[in-house]
Amino acid sequence: MITIEFVPYSEIEGLSSIGRIRKLLKIAKENKIVLLEGRLRKEEEAELIKTTMEEIDDEFKGIELGVIYPDEGQLNFLKKLRLNLVNLVLGYRAGFTVIGPASIVKEIKKDPKRIELFTIDKQKGKKAKRKK
Amino acid sequence: MPAILTLIRKLFWNIFKKKKHLKIGIYGPPNGGKTTLANRICRDWLGEDMGKVSNIAHETREIQIKEEIHIKSGNKELSFNLVDTPGIATKIDYEDFIKAGMSEEEAKKRAKEATKGVIDAIKWLDEMDVVIVVLDATKDPYTQVNLTIVGNLEARKIPVLLVGNKIDLKKTNLKRLKAAFPQYTIVGISAKYGTNIEEFYKALFEVAGK
Repeated sequence: MITIEFVPYSEIEGLSSIGRIRKLLKIAKENKIVLLEGRLRKEEEAELIKTTMEEIDDEFKGIELGVIYPDEGQLNFLKKLRLNLVNLVLGYRAGFTVIGPASIVKEIKKDPKRIELFTIDKQKGKKAKRKK
Repeated sequence: MPAILTLIRKLFWNIFKKKKHLKIGIYGPPNGGKTTLANRICRDWLGEDMGKVSNIAHETREIQIKEEIHIKSGNKELSFNLVDTPGIATKIDYEDFIKAGMSEEEAKKRAKEATKGVIDAIKWLDEMDVVIVVLDATKDPYTQVNLTIVGNLEARKIPVLLVGNKIDLKKTNLKRLKAAFPQYTIVGISAKYGTNIEEFYKALFEVAGK
C-alpha cells in the first residue's frame, strides 16, 4: 500500500526554509509520498537535496523529486509579470511538488507537462507506473 | 582623501584578483562525464589528467581542483582554476554498488563518501564564477536534479554553459536537450573522444565573458 500525504502551501508558508525542508523530509522518511501544493524556492530545492544527503543511512536511501510548474520561458511578458507578482504576494503556490522516498519511488519522469511516477513493486520486484 | 584612494585601489585590485582567479566549476548528475571533460581540458592545456573515471556512479566523491589553467582561442586567453565536483543526486543506495560488484563494506563506504560529496558540491556553488553543467545527451534531460542545478545557478546569477556529452553514442538526442533548456547555450561534445571540443572552448570564452 502506498500513502500519499497532501501538504497545502499554507502549512509551510510560515516556516523558515530549514523548517519547510525538515517537515517535508520527515513525511518522506515515514515512507509516504508527499504531494505539496506549489513549490519550494530554487535555493530550497538544493537545500532539500543537501539535507537529504545528511539523512541517508542504511534505512533511508534518499528521495525522488519532481516539480511541475508553469514554464516561465513559455509565458509572455504580462503572464510572467502576473506570476512573479503572485509569487511575491502569495508565495510559490503555482504548480505542485512530489517527493517520494527512494525505497518506494523508483523514478519520477517529467514530460515536461505531466509527471509519471514509477514505484517499486517489492513483491514482484518490478516497477509499476502511476500517472499524475 | 587617502582613504578614498585606498578604497578605489582595493576595488580595482579585487576586480583584477577575481579575474585572475576565475573559478570554473563542472557540475551535473553522476556519470554524465564531468571528470572525463575535466581530464580533456587538463590534458589539452596542462598535459595531465585531473581524476579517475569509472562506469560506476559516484567515482568522484571529493571536490578536485586544478589551478592556473590557461586556454587560448584565437588571440583570446582565459585563465582559471578548474573545479571538478561530485555528481549531484537525490538518492544514494549502497546496494547499487554491491550490484556493481563491490563488497558490502566497500559499498557502504562509497555511499557515505558520495553523500558527503553531494553536500560539498552544493556548498561550493556560491564559490563559482562560471559553471559548466555536463549532461548525458543520451538521457532524459527533464530530471529534477538537472532542473535544480540549472535553476540554482540562474538564481545565483552564475553564468552557465550547458554541455550535452556523449554525442558519440547512437542514443544521443541534442534536440531534446535544447528543448528542455531553450534559454541556454548548449554544446554537444564527446569528452571521451574530443569531438567538437573546439566549439566547447569557443562557447566557454563567450560564457566567461572574454
